[in-house]
Order: sequence, then C-alpha cells, then structure tokens
Amino acid sequence: MKNIKYLVLGVLFGIILTKSEVISWFRIQEMFRFQAFHMYGVIGSAIVVGIISIQLIKRNHLKTINGEEIKLADKQYNHGTWIGGFIFGLGWALTGACPGPLFAQLGSGVAAAAVMILAALAGTWTYSALREKLPM
Amino acid sequence: MLELLRQPWPWYVAGPLIGLTVPALLLIGNKALGISSSLRHMCAACVPAGIPFLTYNWRAEIWNLFFVLGIGIGGFVGYQLMGHPDTVAISAETVRDLKTQMGLTDFSGLLPKELFALENLANWKGWVFMVLGGFLVGFGTRYAGGCTSGHAISGLSNLQWVSLVAVIGFFAGGLLLTWVLYPLLF
Repeated sequence: MKNIKYLVLGVLFGIILTKSEVISWFRIQEMFRFQAFHMYGVIGSAIVVGIISIQLIKRNHLKTINGEEIKLADKQYNHGTWIGGFIFGLGWALTGACPGPLFAQLGSGVAAAAVMILAALAGTWTYSALREKLPM
Repeated sequence: MLELLRQPWPWYVAGPLIGLTVPALLLIGNKALGISSSLRHMCAACVPAGIPFLTYNWRAEIWNLFFVLGIGIGGFVGYQLMGHPDTVAISAETVRDLKTQMGLTDFSGLLPKELFALENLANWKGWVFMVLGGFLVGFGTRYAGGCTSGHAISGLSNLQWVSLVAVIGFFAGGLLLTWVLYPLLF
C-alpha cells in the first residue's frame, strides 16, 4: 500500500504531460526545428521550479513525510553520458517521445506506443547485455 | 474552470507542475524523478537472463513501476476523459515543413498516422520510426544513465553538470536527426 502514493503522483504527472501535449510527436518536431517556445517553456520552467525546490529543501534541511533525511545522489559521469545521450536524442526525434510520454501515449490510446515501449525494452536489454563491451 | 482544464495547458502551467514533481517525490519517499529506470526494472523482472546489470533486487525499486503505471492512467484520464482537440496546435512553419519535407498530410492526433499507424510495420517507415526509434530510446537512456526526466529535469534541478552533458547529447542527436537525417530519408 505504501506505493499507492507513487501511483497517484504518476497519474497527476501523466495528466500534466498529456494536457501540455509534450507527448505529441508534432510538438517534439516543433521543438527540434526551433519553431515554437512551448517545449522550451515547459522544460525550462520545470527546471527553474526544480532548482528552487531543491535549494529550499537543502537550505531548510527538510525531511520526508516519514522524517527521513532527504538524500540526493550525485550523477556519475562516464563516456556513456554523452554517447548514450546522443543515441537517445536520435530516438527522441524519431519516436517524438521520451520514456515518460511513451507510457502516457499508451494510456491515451496510441497503439504505436506499445510497439515503441517493447522496442525500448529491447534496447535497454541489449544495452544491459553489451554493457561491459561499450566505452564507458 | 472545467473548460480551462479541458483545453491544452500552456507551458507556464505545465512546466512548473512538472518541476514540482521533483520535490514531491523527495518529500513523500526520498525518490529521485526518473522514468527510463523503469525499463531496466521491467527487463530485470521479466528477462534477466543472467546479465549482471539486470540481476539486482528490482522489487526494491517497485515504486518506480507504480509511478509509470500512474503515468499510463494519467494519459488515459488526460486525453480520453478530460478531452482533447483533434489536432495539436503546432506552429504554421512546422506544419509547412512537415508537409513539404516529409510529405505528411494528416495532422490529426498526437502522432502522424502516416508514420505511426501499425500498418506501417509492413514498410520501412514503421520499422524506422517505431522499432528503431524505440530501441534507440531504450538503449540510449540506459547508456546515458537517464532521460529527459532523470537528467534534464531531475539532474539539472540538482545542478548536476553530468546531466548538462547528457542534455547536450540529447539535443545533438535530435538536431542531427531532424536537420540532417530526415532530409536524407524523405
């Protein structure tokens, strides 16, 4: 039952992604062609609000609702950060979706999303299998 | 108010709400926003195949799968129940470019049917856009250690320079595909 709160937050997150149309292939094309501010506004304002929120949490030493210390792990750099990022970028421009939107699309009734999620799982699995042979 | 909720939401409403998801996840359970990890957990749960990277206690990360299930439900609620316009109101320049450069004519729905209708799996378009595209999303996000949520939103919110490198990579790939490879494909 302790996972229900994540389900509820996920529903809200999915509604926001859907209502702001960031799950649309057309919007992603518009973004990569620099023909509208919409996507940049969404991502940019999300980051600004996120930065302010995390600063407030850190400076006030806020705790979780269960009274735990809030921990933020540092992201570790390796060459995969940019190689993998570049590969994802190619996929992002083709599918017009990152992983979150793929699940929202599936829920909205886009059949192609099922194919793309299966393909993404195959991609993740293949990466996992090849991991030790890839430049890091 | 209800009518306002039905309409597509502007960036200055949606963006800040997405940003608030970062502290919300931290405050309710010390979780970092990140969605591509769910793909790894699904692989680990279903087909670990003895691969070290897929052999871990994925059940400890099950909150992530609940979150993703919620996103799917949110997609249904936000699109089917709350209503949606027939076409996404993209800019006139984008419509013009997609018509002239890619030959698209049907702009209804969230994705162009001329590329993403399942019948397209019978030709190269479906395989490139759905199968290869999806594969690159799954492969690339795990290789990079995150996607738009984990790196761009969550990582940059925590001022991680690693995430900035990743986001530059995302855009380099997306821009190359849009500006160089699409004109070659069509």
